[in-house]
Amino acid sequence: MDNLSWLMEGFSQAVTPMNLLYAVIGVLLGTAVGVLPGIGPAMTVALLLPITYNVSPSAAFIMFAGIYYGGMYGGSTTSILLNTPGESASVITAIEGNKMARAGRAAQALATAAIGSFVAGSIGTMLLVLFAPIVSSWAVTLGAPSYLAIMLLAMVAVTAILGNSKLRGVISLLLGLAIGLVGIDFLTGQPRATFGLPQLADGIDLVVVAVAVFALGEALWVAAHLRRRPLEVIPVGRPWMAKSDWKRSWKPWLRGTAYGFPFGALPAGGAELPTFLSYITEKKLTKHPEEFGKGAIEGVAGPEAANNASAAGTLVPMLSLGLPTNATAAVMLTAFVSYGITPGPTLFEKEPLLIWTLIASLFIGNFLLLVLNLPLAPLWAKLLRTPRPYLYAGILFFATLGAFAVNLQPLDLALLLVFGLLGLMMRRFGLPVLPLIIGVILGPRIERQLRQTLQLGGGDWSSIFSEPVAIATYVVITLLLALPAIVQLIRHRRPESTVQEMIEKERDNA
Amino acid sequence: MSAGADTPAAPVEASQRRVDKAQFIVCVVLAVVGVFLIVDAMSLTNAFAKVDPVGPKLFPIAIGIAMLVCAVVFAVAILRGETGEAEGGEDIDLSEPSDWKTVGLLIAIFVATIVLIVPLGWAITGTFLFAASATVLGSHHWVRNIAIGAVLAFGSFYLFYVGLGIPLPAGILDGIL
Repeated sequence: MDNLSWLMEGFSQAVTPMNLLYAVIGVLLGTAVGVLPGIGPAMTVALLLPITYNVSPSAAFIMFAGIYYGGMYGGSTTSILLNTPGESASVITAIEGNKMARAGRAAQALATAAIGSFVAGSIGTMLLVLFAPIVSSWAVTLGAPSYLAIMLLAMVAVTAILGNSKLRGVISLLLGLAIGLVGIDFLTGQPRATFGLPQLADGIDLVVVAVAVFALGEALWVAAHLRRRPLEVIPVGRPWMAKSDWKRSWKPWLRGTAYGFPFGALPAGGAELPTFLSYITEKKLTKHPEEFGKGAIEGVAGPEAANNASAAGTLVPMLSLGLPTNATAAVMLTAFVSYGITPGPTLFEKEPLLIWTLIASLFIGNFLLLVLNLPLAPLWAKLLRTPRPYLYAGILFFATLGAFAVNLQPLDLALLLVFGLLGLMMRRFGLPVLPLIIGVILGPRIERQLRQTLQLGGGDWSSIFSEPVAIATYVVITLLLALPAIVQLIRHRRPESTVQEMIEKERDNA
Repeated sequence: MSAGADTPAAPVEASQRRVDKAQFIVCVVLAVVGVFLIVDAMSLTNAFAKVDPVGPKLFPIAIGIAMLVCAVVFAVAILRGETGEAEGGEDIDLSEPSDWKTVGLLIAIFVATIVLIVPLGWAITGTFLFAASATVLGSHHWVRNIAIGAVLAFGSFYLFYVGLGIPLPAGILDGIL
């Protein structure tokens, strides 16, 4: 079957009444947690992982798809109606979006964000349909040495490129790698770093680590700094746009999509850079430069589209290579693992129906977001007023429930607390969370891949360089690591400004 | 997740660098975990050394050594005035000093939950967890706190039992629920 008929097959799976219900639940849940401060899509998927024990894989992934896109959308609502974005990807949206809301144009800001997200999400998902199978069919021809190199590339990229301190990224990665070591060594059968506890022989459950670091760590960190006075929420009616708003929005949507997708698809993808680039581009191209900094609709339309397109792009390496490059994708990968499905290039061959159902439900979820969220916007604005003690007590409650339901053993709760404290420490000292999660996921896979490569090569170390793709990837890794040093040498050690600093500057100007 | 947008950027002037000593906790964690990994790996043996030159030892030892190196490098960086930017967020007010008392109480509640969850069962322990956390976090309407907690805990007990087929412990309410 070709890809199109597979996609149709996926749609026929996804539109059964039961699966549509899961899609609606996913979209509503995703938007709700995206709107609510303190909870993100990664945490939500992590908390919902226990359902993978009793719900069919396709239903679970339909729901996760809804949560994935819904969470991205919900984040923009928060940053428009409150001036404090929860996720780095919505920082840019907040610059113009909140100014628009303050000027009484909240309805238009939400509308351009919602419709722009829909446009970008649809185009992005179409590009995913186009590219993921190609990348995947290329990837299946690769052997263990190439795959090992590509995983190393993803790890290096996430650690060294994102975030503003490489040292902190490496520390976070090492903590993740250490957690990944716990358990029986797959080749020799000896327990490693298990403290002699038989419960740890199978390793530390990723659900526990993810819930602890995302949910518990966040709740404890907020508890230490809970805002005494609640933030002012700008009231909003039903989002709508005038003809002039449409005219000013559609080009930024398309340009934002063009920035977002490729950046998302790169192993070191992220939404920060494309949203920022989209903002600068719109600021340069606009016919209303006087409005920038006072609430220009282009400054919401472009970055929001870039944000969503990058979310779609992230799914390319995740589905075709099994490589997660953002936190939500990383947690979704653990759901594959708990179904006994090995993420990687063979996914399209081995589980075509599941993958195409997931892709079809991305389209459906995207559409549902648009039709549900325009009328529901006032409700989401009310949700922002949830009393904070209940919100964070609820997060603690569901984190405990989610982690305990995995194995029903109190030891998991003790681990939850330990890693929750780790998450608290990381937030206090500005250590990025993503490298840790990537380390937990990729560490064991890299070790396995390396040792299997060497086994096949009869223990000869040169076998890891036995494929041209592997060599090329190592060259890229070396360049990535060496590039900042070279640039700095050329610039006579003038400190280069990071993306974060540029964003700060842009915010100060606005 | 990161990028505190409204974080009051503490301008670290070269002249008035203050050493954020609390960061040494990170070094201690790295050093302790690193040493543990190396010591633990020493007891492992490699049965198939010929085709498995990596063996079970290399990864833990390499990661352990890297952690020790990072602990030292980070310690030096801290002494030279390196500070990390604490993570911001919607509900986070970094202009006030940290409220570690609330955090301590939450941790105590959580430890109590771990101890009580099997003997008392999820329904009661979950109610306690929610109500106590909400109270500590500043909601002093404790009757309402317990009511919401009870609805969540008993509701989730039945949802997991009937809907997902996961039997959460019933504890002392065994036979009643």
